[in-house]
Amino acid sequence: MRRVTPRSPGYHLGSGHTLFSVATVTTQQAPPRAPKTGRFSSSVVKKAVMAVSGIIMVLFLIAHMIGNLHVFQGAESFNDYSEWLRSFGEPAFPPRTLLTAIEVVLTISVLAHMWAAYSLWAQARRARPVAYVSKKRVQQSFASRTLRWGGTIILLFIIWHILDMTFGAVNPEGTDSSPYDRLVASFENIPITLFYVVALILLGLHLRHGIWSATQTLGQTTKRRERSVNAIAIVFSTLLIAGYLVVPAAVAFGLVD
Amino acid sequence: MNLTLKVWRQVNPAVKGKMVSYHLTDVSPDMSFLEMLDVLNEQLILDDDDPIAFDHDCREGICGSCGLMINGIAHGPEQTTTCQLHMRSFSDGDVIDIEPWRSGGFPVVKDLVVDRSAFDRIIAVGGFITAPTGTAPEAHAVAVPKQDSDAAFDAATCIGCGACVAACPNGSAMLFTAAKVSHLGLMPQGQPERDARVLKMVAQQDAEDFGGCTNIGECSAVCPKGISMETISRLNHDLLGALRAGAVPTS
Repeated sequence: MRRVTPRSPGYHLGSGHTLFSVATVTTQQAPPRAPKTGRFSSSVVKKAVMAVSGIIMVLFLIAHMIGNLHVFQGAESFNDYSEWLRSFGEPAFPPRTLLTAIEVVLTISVLAHMWAAYSLWAQARRARPVAYVSKKRVQQSFASRTLRWGGTIILLFIIWHILDMTFGAVNPEGTDSSPYDRLVASFENIPITLFYVVALILLGLHLRHGIWSATQTLGQTTKRRERSVNAIAIVFSTLLIAGYLVVPAAVAFGLVD
Repeated sequence: MNLTLKVWRQVNPAVKGKMVSYHLTDVSPDMSFLEMLDVLNEQLILDDDDPIAFDHDCREGICGSCGLMINGIAHGPEQTTTCQLHMRSFSDGDVIDIEPWRSGGFPVVKDLVVDRSAFDRIIAVGGFITAPTGTAPEAHAVAVPKQDSDAAFDAATCIGCGACVAACPNGSAMLFTAAKVSHLGLMPQGQPERDARVLKMVAQQDAEDFGGCTNIGECSAVCPKGISMETISRLNHDLLGALRAGAVPTS
């Protein structure tokens, strides 16, 4: 046996000393830490906030995806759908009632989701102050690993998407255009379309882990259901993202112009 | 077998540690991983060097004392405890990285020994039942459904080794906490304190600088007792149920 690297610091030399030191290693009892009592300081409650806000956003994503498919019925149908959303409930309710309600609920959901994510990320950082020199993955999925960075990129995409499609601030068709023209103008730009595709694929991965995780967090998974919950998560996120990606694909192949 | 071992050496919690390489020759494939470390330590002592400190006790996979991060996997390449891992799982000439569990809740005491008393404190706040003293009650007096007793027993197999914390990318002790919460929560004897137990134990796990669970599943994959992710789902269900029932988290 040969030792390669030099001795560790603080090493005391002395004959017989090492044998004693084996027997005298004692465990110091760390002072007990007082747990927080606030309802929202519990990591499980934070996860539940994340799960519920995530489910609300998934419901919106389903509606948004179906709405987008109006583009295949032509410019008039797409613009009519957009107008219908704006004037829903009129004259009983003022214009944009439905849209405003959706916007408020979604803003609260996004903020709650971000708060829970940040808070759990900070807790996870405290939980491993010294990193492993070598650490292997045993079974974790790519989706679960990219959740935090994927979420950050998705947030940036949402900001861009609202500036592009809602306000028209970064859209060549500008503010006065109809939503159909804005959509076509946006997807005829290759870098913007690529950003859209990347963000949507990340969203798909986010949902693949998110749906499983939400089911688990809300206490609905069992050993028996585990496989089917994961299968549903994969099938659902694939179908949803495919539904979104057919629109830029149609613009690229000239089916929609 | 000839092996190169890269072992985490740290004199005490205050000093920064580092990986130190050792070469070990003539390792028998029938040795357990801990026996291999014993051989290394004997040679270190003969060389008048400081032997590597590591935790171990029963060496038959039931006490939960041993636990090392071996080549980046908690308890090494087999899903068992470190003492039940044998050198036949490695090949001649391998380089093996050996590290302690790394977690804010498990401060390093020396070399590969970590202080796992955070687990004791999680148990102390709720991992018990209140039972009147006296002679043991008649075993058939309280019937337990077979399904519940099986699930409770699966959870109760947790030996508290801490591999779940070590493997978790978030450093979360949720699998341990969930096992302790649900093995009592599934039994009739555990019902009186069920709501308070889950709230207190989760609050304590958060306070001990363990992370939150994001359902990645690394814990269950390295658990020597194969405790499933279902256990964490049951803990979540219990905690949300306790809050709905109006239980208030207390310290």
